Amino acid sequence: MEQLIQQLINGVSLGSIYALIALGYTMVYGIINLINFAHGEIYMMGAYIGFALTTFLGLGFAPSLILSMIGCSILGMVIEKVAYKPIRNSSRISALITAISVSLFLQYTMMYFVSPQTRTFPEVLKRKSISLLNGKIIIDQKNIYIVAITVLLMLLLQYVVKKTKLGKAMRAVAQDKEAAELMGVDVNKIISFTFAIGSALAGAAGVLVGIYYNTINPLMGATPGLKAFVAAVFGGIGIIPGAVLGGFSLGMIETVVSAYGGSVFKDAVAFAILILILLIKPNGLLGKTVKEKV
Amino acid sequence: MLEVKNVNVYYGAIHALKDLSLKINEGEIVTLIGGNGAGKSTTLKTISGLLTPKSGEVKFNGKMTNNLRATDLVKLGISHVPEGRRIFTKMSVMENLEMGAYIRDDKKEMDKDYQKVFSLFPILEKRKGQIAGTLSGGEQQMLAIGRGLMSRPKLLLLDEPSMGLAPIIVKEIFKIISDINESGTTVLLVEQNANLALKLSHRAYIIRNGEIEIEGKSEEILEDDRVRKAYLEG
Repeated sequence: MEQLIQQLINGVSLGSIYALIALGYTMVYGIINLINFAHGEIYMMGAYIGFALTTFLGLGFAPSLILSMIGCSILGMVIEKVAYKPIRNSSRISALITAISVSLFLQYTMMYFVSPQTRTFPEVLKRKSISLLNGKIIIDQKNIYIVAITVLLMLLLQYVVKKTKLGKAMRAVAQDKEAAELMGVDVNKIISFTFAIGSALAGAAGVLVGIYYNTINPLMGATPGLKAFVAAVFGGIGIIPGAVLGGFSLGMIETVVSAYGGSVFKDAVAFAILILILLIKPNGLLGKTVKEKV
Repeated sequence: MLEVKNVNVYYGAIHALKDLSLKINEGEIVTLIGGNGAGKSTTLKTISGLLTPKSGEVKFNGKMTNNLRATDLVKLGISHVPEGRRIFTKMSVMENLEMGAYIRDDKKEMDKDYQKVFSLFPILEKRKGQIAGTLSGGEQQMLAIGRGLMSRPKLLLLDEPSMGLAPIIVKEIFKIISDINESGTTVLLVEQNANLALKLSHRAYIIRNGEIEIEGKSEEILEDDRVRKAYLEG
């Protein structure tokens, strides 16, 4: 029992990371129907920016996190402008190929510049754990930080999307670009903003993962990127709460499967669940086939 | 107020508007009538900036607008209520109206305009919090027009507001269009329902294969034999 609780606590932290990355996938998909396969690499870049800031500039946790988010949002906007905008009206397959190319480009450019070796993230947060139930369950301070920051960012995102003018414009563009344009919305700007916000969240995830697992490398984005994509589809791609639900579920499933002797199978189980969900609910857990009156 | 002069618009290789010219004076309701694919919606899209003409001029209040985008034209005072309503179906009625006022920041005046829209369409006030996609067809059309009014347009472009609606609702909507016009908004109305449109409007243009075929006062066009045969009877 204690072990299960312990694993669920770890799962929530891992799930936070997936959820943060999944949000970017789902927002970009929601607005331009593109599966941005380079999104995992933005997360990797976030980890490296965080690494550089803490190691070379000696910055603390909070400024590194914020600067890394800003750096990633700029990177996201540049990628959109250079790689995706010119092919916005092309077929979906060209967009997909472009996204995969951007992903490989970032991976191998980083390998060239920072070398493929794994780096150790400095300990910017002191190790401090809280023991519960006579030490049977241990919560590291890092777990609390990760979950708290994730929840904070999600609340902020929710506020932006639901309450602000920018958020309304984002939802309008996601539904009908031409109609949004007729309202006076600068569609290009809104798409750019969406990439910025999604990339900032991925950047935050990158820094958090560096702090949590201590190691980073140029290919670290590939698997979590894919899994966050699974999480987004799992919850219903294009639906923001779906990405959060998908991320947390996937994180917990994975840790629990590893804990009970299946660490080799954890990815297999994650993808098997995706296949199952898609068989039963093709639009994801929170997705629904909306019937609209005409 | 609006002057379209010898405009040519293409969709790829298709020549959609051929040397099309038309004029709208302040305070008028002008209607553009024609069959399917005649170029009615293309004309509206060209005026509102969704399409850019290959040649010719579009002038709004003396300003050349050929190369302006829709986003800029809303700010100049042209509001386009597109064919098929195109409301934001996943957003609430109120949010749709707020999107209509996207270019504005004058909160106080905006509140006045929300009230104006609600007095034109009382049903929208009742359904304020409802998701727009769950409204009936007529209510959706009302929302589309209300949203179009929220930018305080000088010129309102309406693309087939009667489409798919029951005759009684069409009548109601046409009455409201006439009210909107009387309160000072110039209207360009595209319609397939020629009879109603001609009765409502001051002047009319008949468009066919991307060209203006007939133009004149609506009451005279109502009596025109060619028009009667092609658009009013049968």
